[in-house]
Amino acid sequence: MQVALSIKNLQKIYANQLHALKGIDLQVEQGDFFALLGSNGAGKTTAIGIICGLLHKTHGSVKILGLDQDTHENEVKSLIGLMPQEFNFNFFEPVEEILINQAGFHGIKKSTAKARSDILLKKMELWDKRLDMAKSLSGGMKRRLMLARALIHQPKILILDEPTAGVDVEIRRSMWAYLKELNSEGMTIILTTHYLEEAESLCRNIAILNEGEVVEQTSMKKLLAKVSHQVLILESSSVLPKNITQEKFTCERLDDYSLQVVLEADTNITDVLQNLSNQGVSVDHVRSAQNRLETLFLCLTTKDD
Amino acid sequence: MWIAYKTIVIRDVLRFSRIWVQTIFPPIITTTLYLLIFGGLMGERIGQMQGVDYMHYIIPGIILMTVITNSYSNTVMSFFLSKFNHSIEELLVSPVPYWIILLGYTSGGVVRGFVVGCCVLVTTSFFVEFEINDIGITFVTFLLTAILFSLAGFINAIYAKSFDDVTIVPTFILMPMTYLGGMFYSIDILPQFWQDVSKFNPIYYMVDSFRLGFLGVSTSDFWTSVSVLLIMIAILAIVAFYLLKKGVNIKT
Repeated sequence: MQVALSIKNLQKIYANQLHALKGIDLQVEQGDFFALLGSNGAGKTTAIGIICGLLHKTHGSVKILGLDQDTHENEVKSLIGLMPQEFNFNFFEPVEEILINQAGFHGIKKSTAKARSDILLKKMELWDKRLDMAKSLSGGMKRRLMLARALIHQPKILILDEPTAGVDVEIRRSMWAYLKELNSEGMTIILTTHYLEEAESLCRNIAILNEGEVVEQTSMKKLLAKVSHQVLILESSSVLPKNITQEKFTCERLDDYSLQVVLEADTNITDVLQNLSNQGVSVDHVRSAQNRLETLFLCLTTKDD
Repeated sequence: MWIAYKTIVIRDVLRFSRIWVQTIFPPIITTTLYLLIFGGLMGERIGQMQGVDYMHYIIPGIILMTVITNSYSNTVMSFFLSKFNHSIEELLVSPVPYWIILLGYTSGGVVRGFVVGCCVLVTTSFFVEFEINDIGITFVTFLLTAILFSLAGFINAIYAKSFDDVTIVPTFILMPMTYLGGMFYSIDILPQFWQDVSKFNPIYYMVDSFRLGFLGVSTSDFWTSVSVLLIMIAILAIVAFYLLKKGVNIKT
C-alpha cells in the first residue's frame, strides 16, 4: 500500500518561541481513515497548516504520495483538500461562486467547476442557498460549504480539522455517511475532532498528539483493546434489592432502579447478567457510562500530578 | 495558470462591482466638484497654464488622480480583506504560483483604475469639450501608472495589520505626493528649488506624460517618464513578489 502522508521529524517553533511541534513522525497509508487527536494546543492544527502550506515548518519533511513538499509544492497542494477549523471564505461572495472560484484556483475550467459544484451543493443540501451570500448561511451550512470547497478539485487526500463542530446531530450523521462513502471510494481522510465518538466510529487508525509530540500511533482496534475495564450502567424497571453480592465484578447501586458495574477485561457481560438474574435482578437496559476512546485519550494526554 | 489568473481577476472585479456605490460612484462626485470649483469658478480667474485653458489643463490630472487612488485602494483593500477574513488561505492551499497571485491582484487594481477612469472621463465630457491628443501615450501612461500603484497597494496590504494601516499611506504619503506632483499646476510656476524637488516625485512624470497624451503639452521627455515608471514598477514588483513568497504577515 502506498503511503499517502509521511511526516518525519516535523518541528515548528513560532516567533514567540512556542515549540508547537517537537519533531513528530507520522505515516498515513493511502485509503486510510485516520484520526489525529489531541487536546487544545497539542499541535494538530499546526501540523495540518504545515501539511497544507499555510504555515512554515521549522524543521523536518512532509511527503504526500511520495512527493516532497519542499520540491513539489504545487503538485502536493493539488493532491490535498483542506476543510479548516475556522471559516475562511469571503462572507460576501455567493455560495456557488466560492466553489467555482476554488476550482478556478486549481486550474479547473468553469464548465467543469459548475458541474461539480452542482453535485456537491446538492449532496451538502445547499442547493437552495447556492445564490445566497455565504454570510446568510447557518454555522452548520458554512461547515458543509467548506467541505464542498475542499472536495471541488477531487483531491486524493482530504484533511478535516474539526469538521462537525457546531453541526447538529442529524447533519453530523449525514456528513459521517458521506465521508465513509468517500473513503470507500479510495479517498484518504485525515480527521481531527474533539468528538471522540466521531473518531471511534469513522477511523481505522489513530495518532494522539500531546504537547507537540506523538504519544500514540496505532490502529483504532488495538488502541481500544488497551482499555482495561468498562463501566456499564444497568437499569431495571423494578426496584433493585438493597444487597447485591458479586465476586467477578465491582458493583454499585446508584439508586433504586440503576446499578453501576465495572467490568475487568476478562469478565464476560453474560456472566454478570446471569449473576444478577440469580439474585432476582431483571435488567431492562444496559448502557456504557464512558466512551472507551475518551478513557484512553485522557489516560494518554493527562499529566500525572 | 491562466484559469487561476482569470479567476483572481474576475473575483476582484466582481467584488468592487458589487459595492459600486463605494467604489465607482464617489470618484464621479469628486470629479464633478473639482470641475465645478477649480475649473468653473477659479479657472476663469487663473486663465491659461502652458497655453491651455485651466479647465482643460486640470482634466488629465483629475483623471490620473482617480486612477492612482482607485488602483491603489482596490489592491490594498482586496488583499487586506482576504488576509482579514482568512480567504487568502483559499489561494495558499491551491497550486497557484505566487507570481500569478501578484499578477491577478495587480490586474484587478488596473481594471478598477480603468473603469473608474473611464467613468470620470465621461463625467468630464458633460462639463467641457475635449479631444485626446495621442491615445497611445495616454493609454501607456494610464497603464503604467495603474500597475505601479496597484503594486504599491499590494505591498501596503501585505504589511497592514489593521484597517488603520490601510488608510495611513494613502492619507499621509499618496495624497500629498499626488497634489505636489503637478496635478493642478505646471511645475514651471514653482521656484527652481521646488521644481528640482518635484522631479524626485514619480507622480510628476505620470501626470506630465498623461498631460502630453491628453493635451500635447509637457515639461519633461515622454521616454524619461516611461523609464522612471518602468524602473519603479520593476522595483515594486520584485519587492511585492519577495514579500508574498516569504509569506510576510501571511504565513507564520
